[in-house]
Amino acid sequence: MSGRVLVGVKRVIDYAVKIRVKPDNSGVVTDGVKHSMNPFCEIAVEEAVKLKEKNLIKEVVAVSCGPQQAQETIRTALAMGADRGIHVEVTGKDYDTLGPLQVSKILAVLAKKEDAQLVILGKQAIDDDCNQTGQMTAALLDWPQGTFASEVSLEGDKVKVVREIDGGLETIMINTPAVVTADLRLNTPRYATLPNIMKAKKKKIANVKPADLGVDLTSRLEVMRVDEPPQRQAGVKVETVDDLVGKLKEAGTI
Amino acid sequence: MNRAFNKTSLKHLTGLLQRFQSTLVVAEHNNEKLTPITLNAITAASKLGGEVSCLVAGTNCAKVVEQISKVQGVKKVLVAQHDSYKGAMPEELTPLILATQKQFSFTHICAGASAFGKNLLPRVAAKLDVAPVSDIIEIKSPDTFVRTIYAGNALSTVKCNEPVKIFTVRGTSFEAAPTEGGSAASEDVAASSHAGISEWLEQSLTKSDRPELTSAKVVVSGGRGLKSGDNFKLLYDLADKLNAAVGASRAAVDAGYVPNDMQVGQTGKIVAPELYIAVGISGAIQHLAGMKDSKTIVAINKDPEAPIFQVADYGLVADLFKAVPEMTEALNK
Repeated sequence: MSGRVLVGVKRVIDYAVKIRVKPDNSGVVTDGVKHSMNPFCEIAVEEAVKLKEKNLIKEVVAVSCGPQQAQETIRTALAMGADRGIHVEVTGKDYDTLGPLQVSKILAVLAKKEDAQLVILGKQAIDDDCNQTGQMTAALLDWPQGTFASEVSLEGDKVKVVREIDGGLETIMINTPAVVTADLRLNTPRYATLPNIMKAKKKKIANVKPADLGVDLTSRLEVMRVDEPPQRQAGVKVETVDDLVGKLKEAGTI
Repeated sequence: MNRAFNKTSLKHLTGLLQRFQSTLVVAEHNNEKLTPITLNAITAASKLGGEVSCLVAGTNCAKVVEQISKVQGVKKVLVAQHDSYKGAMPEELTPLILATQKQFSFTHICAGASAFGKNLLPRVAAKLDVAPVSDIIEIKSPDTFVRTIYAGNALSTVKCNEPVKIFTVRGTSFEAAPTEGGSAASEDVAASSHAGISEWLEQSLTKSDRPELTSAKVVVSGGRGLKSGDNFKLLYDLADKLNAAVGASRAAVDAGYVPNDMQVGQTGKIVAPELYIAVGISGAIQHLAGMKDSKTIVAINKDPEAPIFQVADYGLVADLFKAVPEMTEALNK
């Protein structure tokens, strides 16, 4: 296979940030909060770049949907080794209601347009925790899917995918073109070096609007409110193991 | 008078609507046994108020159909047995579900939020051009669901205005439906034509005599503090005394101490046992996402500043290599 890989990348609140719910319960505070590339998307980019380094594919295209800042996320992908970027500009109210269904429609159109052989995405975004976009993109394209991948190997015009499932691992063989979603253990993403960050500034990012792609962003999901989860009561520190076992027995837990 | 009339007719209308609701639960199984999370999904489906049907698709369905027919709350079992359902590939199951949907026009389609459900349902949803709702923890009404976002650090209440509501159910948030007392009729549905774009090759499952992690009453988990895979034996010994399942943090999995299917957390398994014992686990946000709904949390850690102590009901600041064998010993008494 010497085709093109499309990698979807999402800008999310950094994984280490302790998020805050807005006082009016309309969502989570995002202004002035550190954002980064979704960790699973980094793994997806790394895998695509590795395939290119092995000369198994010829081009890696990084795509992100969102406001202006999504370009920073695309730049990061370019610094990791992606060849060019596509920024699908979604702003304002459309961005607030942008979900996996809309993103998968955009990705499906781009995959066709760019004649991609493979779409690699992360298995889930750590903000909405949906775990849907890859599966939905595959469905819209009628391509097979290799989700929660911990190992991907190209074998002629097929892809062998080892998947992380509940009881262990399973291996499947899927035809190309295909959609693959990355699990944590697929690889360890590289750090972008300063020279590569500088080089990435020269790489091209095309700007498109969903309307140019013929994608309607209407959403039929409404977020009614966002709340803090119930807080746990502070516990007690025990001094000894006997004390601990005694307390658990007293509480009837063991 | 007028208002009273409106109220009754409204109530009547709601009752009528609920009667017209019908839910399809896609059963997860291994051609031998029903996977327990399906029972939790059936409970969630029953809360919607309408009729509940279950779809059993596989290469060998008889045993599973027999089990599911007795589950309380299930009205009808739809059976699709065909060799092309080997490995439960979503490329093969999706056309089947679409055909079933076309025939019966369900208002809701759901499954447990396991690797199986997460893999399959979004594909079905996209084919129906509807936005699915993942991993719900509560049903407020037939179109309003609660789910967690940001690794369980916020609860989002969503209203789904789609003609068909497609969702996956967090197993630990709903009781398992009783496996006796039901008497559902079964009915064959036509197998869909073979898509043939994917093939299941093999699986390697982690074998264990201990209870299954997501449904265990007690879970003992280890983290980086265990220092090696061999040291996990300390936890297995303790777990055996408690009839507990053994879990792990991402650090322990990444370090190769234990296989990845033991990982508890945002990207691993979500558990909510009666008792969760975290040993040598610092308590990162991503780990807490998978266990903070446990009834009682115990932390054993030598670092008194570890974040795990902020959620632990009982905390013991101690060297795990001493404390864990002591605890196993104490349970012998």
